[in-house]
Amino acid sequence: MLSIDAVDAYYEDIQALWGVSMEVREGELVVLVGPNGAGKTTVLRVISGLLRPASGRILFQDRVLNKEPAHKIVALGICQVPESGRIFTGMSVLENLELGAFVPDARREREKTLRWVYEIFPRLRERESQFAGTLSGGERQMLAIGRALMGKPRLLMLDEPSFGLAPILVDQTFEMITKINREGVTVLLVEQNVRAALELASRAYLLENGRIVGQGTGQDLLSYESVRSAYLA
Amino acid sequence: MLESVSQTLILGILVGALYALVALGLSLVFGVTKFLNVAHGELLMFGGYASFWVFSLLGIDPFLTIPTTLIALTLIGAIVYQLFFVRMVKLPEETKIKNTLLVGFGLSVILQNLALRFWSADDRGITASYSGVAFTVLGVRFPLVRLASLLTALIFLLALHLFLRKTYTGKAIRATVQDWEAATLMGIDIQRVYFLAFVLGAALAGVAGTLVAVNYSIEPSMGLNWTLKALIVMVLGGLGSITGTLVGGLLLGLTESVTSLLLSSNYREVVGLVLFVLILIFRPQGLFGTKEA
Repeated sequence: MLSIDAVDAYYEDIQALWGVSMEVREGELVVLVGPNGAGKTTVLRVISGLLRPASGRILFQDRVLNKEPAHKIVALGICQVPESGRIFTGMSVLENLELGAFVPDARREREKTLRWVYEIFPRLRERESQFAGTLSGGERQMLAIGRALMGKPRLLMLDEPSFGLAPILVDQTFEMITKINREGVTVLLVEQNVRAALELASRAYLLENGRIVGQGTGQDLLSYESVRSAYLA
Repeated sequence: MLESVSQTLILGILVGALYALVALGLSLVFGVTKFLNVAHGELLMFGGYASFWVFSLLGIDPFLTIPTTLIALTLIGAIVYQLFFVRMVKLPEETKIKNTLLVGFGLSVILQNLALRFWSADDRGITASYSGVAFTVLGVRFPLVRLASLLTALIFLLALHLFLRKTYTGKAIRATVQDWEAATLMGIDIQRVYFLAFVLGAALAGVAGTLVAVNYSIEPSMGLNWTLKALIVMVLGGLGSITGTLVGGLLLGLTESVTSLLLSSNYREVVGLVLFVLILIFRPQGLFGTKEA
């Protein structure tokens, strides 16, 4: 469904990704783990068109994304939950969700999708008319995920959804992600919470210093000596 | 005494609503794009001439020239944007403000000279058949033209408010103001939003120009004065709020008229600028703005 082939990427003069290759197949829940500053967010930015790769190729459903503008990539069905949610705090919960369904295909079915999102996150329905800025941390994360789901994603990318959440909310968030994946949405999850993420992954990649240094099933990576000593000790 | 005070306040409010409309376009454009278009006053001047032209050619009511002025300034706004501003979209915010400031100054000189060439340096004004008519209520005069201008200004403020609140495009504009990158991730085409905001801002400057032509007069070098008024109102009201813009406009109008009454009308213009400096020193986010917006 998505394949990234030997992608290099830079911020100004600093190289952030070195020949990164990854693949996400239809229906999978792929996890990308790695330490802080490894370039995990950069991988997502390159896929979503916020950062142009310097070389290499990004293919989504047989379409080359390298030169597509970011808003068109969303229209193709790649929706992202950015780091720390980035919800529109000055707008209501409902308005946030409506904006999630901005692209024409999603907008046409937004009533239906909204019912689905409210089923997954009943709390959002209760808070519908509230300003998003008044939500709690957990609710904000729900809204960020709900907003991305409103875009009817074929591929949902989440950037550290567990960041800053209380442990009980972290578990809930991971449960939600698994549930969304089971309902047919392909997921690419970037996480620092390595153990929990690897446990639910169909497949996983390990990124260090901008390079993919390991891949396999979640269980494979959990048994890596380097992963064990660095993240699970 | 009481009558002259109430007369002063009423005139302040009537003028203030016009000031709010003058600032509305500038504030919208700056809020969305971070372009500080100091040629805003020149766009307003073109709006005034557009109305003056249609008014003199067709001899219709000056307020009925608003639709053609809107169309004309939409086109001018689109041309100006594509020629000068489209390149600035991707610049970092601070560079963007500086560069657009410079481009805006250059543009204002170009537009002034075009106006000079087309319409000469003479003062022009639009005098409607009812220009001298006024109602008197309890000894306070309400000039009809000013009342109609107030109503027009309020209609446009309300229309923009509803557009930004109720339509999908309006929500996309607000989302872009808050976090353009997150807005991009919603599939919003930021370039289009910028273009739209700029063109809307030009159109609003155009209507403000119509009202200025009806209430005052127009001439090619008038722009800077109105750009300054718009900036003062913008700073008073804080960014990103239409209510703030309205209140800022009313405050400026009232301050000016009260100054004329208490001191002399010579100090009217100065007082606005003093206010501007004071606000920038003591409350840079505007009277009603929040620190982050």
